[in-house]
Amino acid sequence: MLEIKDLHVSIQGKEILKGLNLSVKPGEVHAIMGPNGTGKSTLANVITGRDIYDNISGEIIYKGKNLMEMAIEDRAREGIFLSFQYPVEIPGVSITNFMRAAMDEIYLYRGKKPMSGGEFLKYFNEKKQFVEMTANLANRSVNEGFSGGEKKKNEIFQMAMLNPDLAILDETDSGLDIDALRIVANGVNKLRTPENATIVITHYQRLLDYIVPDFVHVLYGGKIVKTGGKELALELEDKGYEWIKDHADIQL
Amino acid sequence: MMENYQNLKQLFDGFFDQYINNETDSPLSLSIRKGAFEDFYRMGFPTNKIEKWRKTKLKDVLDLPYTINTSDRLRTQQQKSIFECEINNLDTDLFSLLNGWYEKSSENLLQGVIVCSIREAEQKYPELFSKYFDRMASDRSNGLIALNSAIYSDGYFVYVPDNVACNRTIQIVNVINATSRIFVNTRNLVIVGKNASLSLVHCDDSLSSFGSFVNNVSEFFVDEGGQLDFYKMQNKDEKATVITHNFVEQQRDTNTHANTITFNGGLIRNDTRVKLAGKGSHADVMGLYLVDREQFVDNQVKIDHAVSDCTSNQLFKGIVDENGRAIFNGHILVQQDAQRTAAYQSNNNIQLTDTASIDTHPFLEIYADDVKCSHGATVGQLDEDALFYMMQRGICERNARMLLMFSFAGQVIDHIKIPAIKNRISELVSRRLKGELSACESCELNCENPDSVMTFEIDMSKI
Ligand SMILES: Nc1ncnc2c1ncn2[C@@H]1O[C@H](COP(=O)(O)OP(=O)(O)OP(=O)(O)O)[C@@H](O)[C@H]1O
Ligand SMILES: [Mg+2]
Repeated sequence: MLEIKDLHVSIQGKEILKGLNLSVKPGEVHAIMGPNGTGKSTLANVITGRDIYDNISGEIIYKGKNLMEMAIEDRAREGIFLSFQYPVEIPGVSITNFMRAAMDEIYLYRGKKPMSGGEFLKYFNEKKQFVEMTANLANRSVNEGFSGGEKKKNEIFQMAMLNPDLAILDETDSGLDIDALRIVANGVNKLRTPENATIVITHYQRLLDYIVPDFVHVLYGGKIVKTGGKELALELEDKGYEWIKDHADIQL
Repeated sequence: MMENYQNLKQLFDGFFDQYINNETDSPLSLSIRKGAFEDFYRMGFPTNKIEKWRKTKLKDVLDLPYTINTSDRLRTQQQKSIFECEINNLDTDLFSLLNGWYEKSSENLLQGVIVCSIREAEQKYPELFSKYFDRMASDRSNGLIALNSAIYSDGYFVYVPDNVACNRTIQIVNVINATSRIFVNTRNLVIVGKNASLSLVHCDDSLSSFGSFVNNVSEFFVDEGGQLDFYKMQNKDEKATVITHNFVEQQRDTNTHANTITFNGGLIRNDTRVKLAGKGSHADVMGLYLVDREQFVDNQVKIDHAVSDCTSNQLFKGIVDENGRAIFNGHILVQQDAQRTAAYQSNNNIQLTDTASIDTHPFLEIYADDVKCSHGATVGQLDEDALFYMMQRGICERNARMLLMFSFAGQVIDHIKIPAIKNRISELVSRRLKGELSACESCELNCENPDSVMTFEIDMSKI
């Protein structure tokens, strides 16, 4: 589904990703862990098409298509979804109108007839219950004045609405209380099918108890330096990144 | 002062002579006209040397040749079309001014409310006329106000008696439809009685594109406990100049809300001056301007807190694209006795191109000590992070920008109290932002294919 080969990315003259390789197949869950500032969000941004980087080289193939040549919105319409580490506040745009606009465009792109107002509302309410979102939150402007946890919940609500093929969750667990973490993780699990894939970026093993990964990757110094099963996360939690530094043969 | 404008001088002189020989004007208005004409020749047109007119390039439009429409008998065949004009399609009691002349004879609406021509009011309601007419505009703070008092052709008069809540919205369309470039001076007077209320919609439209100069002066008096909502919509062609002076005087415990939405225009300047003359009063002065191409929109506001315990709120927002230019000057004056004043002002702008220009000047002048005042002015771009966020959800850049601009504008529209007007303006703003509403497209007269069905890429309706 997603093939990344020898990806180099730099911003303001500084190289962040230095030859990253990653392969994700349908039905899989990949966890990416790594120290702060190592380039995890950068990877998510590059996959989704953020154009703030001065140099991007390498290859990103998604469903057989070259992602690098695809517009941001087309990547989204092709089923790529990013749950933002820092969801953006959009004053004056209600979540309802925002989702309505997004779904209409996605449907048009896919050659489907957009939902009627009534159908949309029904669907919207279903998904709201799915992430146990309060009615009040849905009527407000996108993320405006939301607490950290509410913002993350809203990301998963949008994910449920858009039902992506490839979801990238960038630290969706940070800021969530224990109950919210369970709701969010359950939501993500319920959305899993053999056809879609999930990349979970996290610092904590805790989330991976709920969303059990097939692979755990350690991103360090701009590359994936170690890949293992879910037990790697436990080991990391136990031993820290120093341990990786000592054991992985990396040049920084 | 008028040396440079010999053509205009001739025009005005000729027009003025007509008045002097006209028996229908009362001695009062004749003496006002005479005095004002002298004032005008003494002052001339405002020039860039005057600080408040420094950036308003009046000279460019004054250099053009104009005619004056001296008769109220001029009617065009397609007058009906005015009422089909997009902007005016509201559920209101509709009246119109055409090329500076009032269009219908007087009408006594239910509840004793009067809407008529100001000339008729002068004849029929001399007490009201002499008590209020030119009371505030006599400040003659610039030549255009004097010119208006001297040679106004016509205008509207609205009177709501004491204790009457006028339950229909009154809409007046000030339309220009001429076969040459005309200079029009319209003069309006609005009186809201004690504990009375009124919602008034004023539209500045143009149906012809020969160019025009509308010099409009309006006076609004709101008596004790009265309430006035005043919405102005401006959708003018690019050769149109509109200079508006609104004077508002509020007595005790009154409430006014003025909201000016500028969709299109050539050179537009709106100057609103509110005097809070009675305790416990509140004034909102708000506006939204959508400016592109070579358009110029200038909003000037002065709120005079003359007495204690009043509040005021100025909120202006603008989106300026291409080579558009926008100016905002907001002045809050808190006089010595105006204790416990709360006065707020904010002006936010989105500048879409490097060639667009925005000038914003807050000005606070405070002589009392127990005062809460705030002001804020911003000029920014569309939030790139928000755009990326929206596009990541599948929304194309154009629509993402649209949504952001629409929500920005919405913060002004949200203050409109009458739902029908709010929805209509909201829809028009959305169309304007999509480039679907320009002055020449907005009415049947000039539109090649009228009533083409609008398809909305985004359903803005609240669901
Ligand atoms: N706009 C920017 N300008 C300059 N440097 C940037 C910019 N964005 C990111 N960086 C730098 O790129 C590096 C990688 O950042 P990134 O956000 O990808 O890290 P991360 O692995 O997601 O970290 P965290 O775990 O803290 O979220 C950091 O050193 C960061 O400072
Ligand atoms: Mg990050």
